[in-house]
Amino acid sequence: MSKARKIYKTESGEVVYGVMAEFDSPAALTHGAEKVRDAGYTKWDVYSPFPVHGMEEAMGLKNNMLPLITGVVGLGGAGVGYLFQWWVTTQGYATIVQGKPFDAFQPWVPVTFEIGVLFTAFTALLGMFAFNALPMWYHPLLKKQRFLRVSDDRFVICVEAGDPKFDPDRTRELLEKSGGKQFDFVEE
Amino acid sequence: MSAIHPDEITAGRLDGSYKPDRPIAMDPATGDGTLIDDPSKRPPLVLNNRSFHDITEIVCGYCEQRPGGWWLPVFGLVSTLAGVGTLMIIYLLVTGVGVWGLNNQVDWAWDITNFVFWIGIGHAGTLISAILCLLKQKWRTSINRAAEAMTIFAVVCAGTYPGIHVGRVWMIWMVFPIPNANAIWPNFRSPLLWDVFAVSTYFTVSLLFWYMGMIPDFATLRDRAVLRLKNASGPTVVPFIQLRQDTLRAWIYGLLSMGWRFSTRHWQNYEKAYIMLAGVSTPLVLSVHSIVSFDFATSILPGWHTTIFPPYFVAGAIFGGFAMVLGLMIPARELYPNMKDLITLRHLENMAKIILVTGSMVGFAYFMEFFIAWYSGNQYESDVFVYNRMMPPFLAEMFGLSRGAPYWWAYWIMISCNVISPQVFWMKRFRTSPLAIFIVSMAVTVGMWFERFVIIVTSLHRAFLPGEWGMFFPTAVDIITFIGTIGIFITLFLLFLRFLPAFAMSEIKNVLPQANPHPPHADHH
Repeated sequence: MSKARKIYKTESGEVVYGVMAEFDSPAALTHGAEKVRDAGYTKWDVYSPFPVHGMEEAMGLKNNMLPLITGVVGLGGAGVGYLFQWWVTTQGYATIVQGKPFDAFQPWVPVTFEIGVLFTAFTALLGMFAFNALPMWYHPLLKKQRFLRVSDDRFVICVEAGDPKFDPDRTRELLEKSGGKQFDFVEE
Repeated sequence: MSAIHPDEITAGRLDGSYKPDRPIAMDPATGDGTLIDDPSKRPPLVLNNRSFHDITEIVCGYCEQRPGGWWLPVFGLVSTLAGVGTLMIIYLLVTGVGVWGLNNQVDWAWDITNFVFWIGIGHAGTLISAILCLLKQKWRTSINRAAEAMTIFAVVCAGTYPGIHVGRVWMIWMVFPIPNANAIWPNFRSPLLWDVFAVSTYFTVSLLFWYMGMIPDFATLRDRAVLRLKNASGPTVVPFIQLRQDTLRAWIYGLLSMGWRFSTRHWQNYEKAYIMLAGVSTPLVLSVHSIVSFDFATSILPGWHTTIFPPYFVAGAIFGGFAMVLGLMIPARELYPNMKDLITLRHLENMAKIILVTGSMVGFAYFMEFFIAWYSGNQYESDVFVYNRMMPPFLAEMFGLSRGAPYWWAYWIMISCNVISPQVFWMKRFRTSPLAIFIVSMAVTVGMWFERFVIIVTSLHRAFLPGEWGMFFPTAVDIITFIGTIGIFITLFLLFLRFLPAFAMSEIKNVLPQANPHPPHADHH
């Protein structure tokens, strides 16, 4: 980091986390997000009570590694499950069952599959938490009474003060031009 | 805008003028307006033009407000049944499996019947949430949460039976591959062990799927509680102590929501993880009942040793599961305010169609078992179907056959409930009538229980050697334990309706017409 983050304070002397604006509808929100994206901001986010269709493109978000990681861990889990059954049946506790060969792979298929599914499911959920930095039970936005209505029916864009392009007046102006209403500073 | 509260509905609620329970206009042609036959017209998924806020109010209202007067008596009854059932299980544990009616010939009876019955019921939830999700069936959003909850509770009931039927219950841990002093490992070539892995994986993955879907809704409940606390309103937990219900809600729902804040960056990962869970749950749900059927199909007992079992069991599980979903949701939508807005006649009709399809598949499988028993020329196989299952003794006498099937009535209950009763759904009048659907779904539930009873007991009671033939008669403990699991199931379901978000709010909001960011006639924004 070449430049230290500039700290902004509200009139009451509290550090500013960002500036938030409300939007009327999913369409207005998408439109606003496109404007903020085109203005070159990087540290900002869109908040909506449900995932708005096409918002990833409107925000310019890129895909991450979650599906790949989940796939690899799932297949790895299935492999570990297979090897474990092989070890138990042929090495650890080789017992004659109906005179069948010890290393027949067919009876191991169901358990291999189930273990693969188990690993995939845990990786998908825990990976989602990890990529989202959750659990995070404290967040400046969650202190904002007006923000809590997002979980009901409000649509909000919040540009964070940590963004290199952030400026209290100009950012607010941009949000206003993009169709935002009800501006508010969010305190850290 | 009102003086009491900026939000119209909340203000109306506070001064008592808001009447949330709006009646639904019924139309002779389209029912509640959703039974449109014209494929070019999209029937509404939610009725009464509900706003996003209405959805929040309706769904959160189910767990924030006191339920109707019916709730407590019903809860008292079913939790008593659950308690008595638990006492029966304790009695079994301290006495032994001899308290059941099992004997040397019929050594699996109601225990495994109930296990397969419950695990089958558990299949509709994951089918609705996973397969219908992958198929982009938007109507699933208003039934998936309750169906998933039902899955979890059914698997809880199912899992009880293998645990307690083993005789030496204190050895049950040996089904898991746990390192032990004797260096004994489980036999991975046994279908019973596959079953352990299938059922425990199914339970775990269903639980993860269910929980993950509820995270945003927990956050909604948390935020509403926090907002009410800021206004210092709302009832306290016990009189005279300043602990508000909303404090508990903010804490518990807040903890469960993991600090969810509805960020699009989060939604992006969330949707990916959700679709991946749906992707692995789809083969999982098909595998679980297949593996349960292997318990029977890999044995050499006539009546069990059949390759049709895996698809037949899966179809039967979906059939029985949907019947149970309907059996629970039809009374619920009568009892809870506004639930008919979310679960429309169209939803019921769609599910009735699935019952018709899967019921016909099950009927085809019954027929196919007969056909193959005859076509294979296997004497033992055909004897099971004729002399163990189908032929009533009085008809056998009439035809001059040596004997009839003592359990013929169980077989014919199964056929009439599972194959014949759903056929009424060919007629639109029946598949759009909640009462008719409820009656059929109850019949199907009974029929599916008898299907498992027929498969297990009638195959076992007369196998190869006439010298070991016997009969099975349930004891009171058998019967009360089964009623007890029904009690456990409904108790858990009532608690779910009372304390957890019974509908996937964020998903329902997403399928409302106003959620579309590119509405068809809004090119001038």
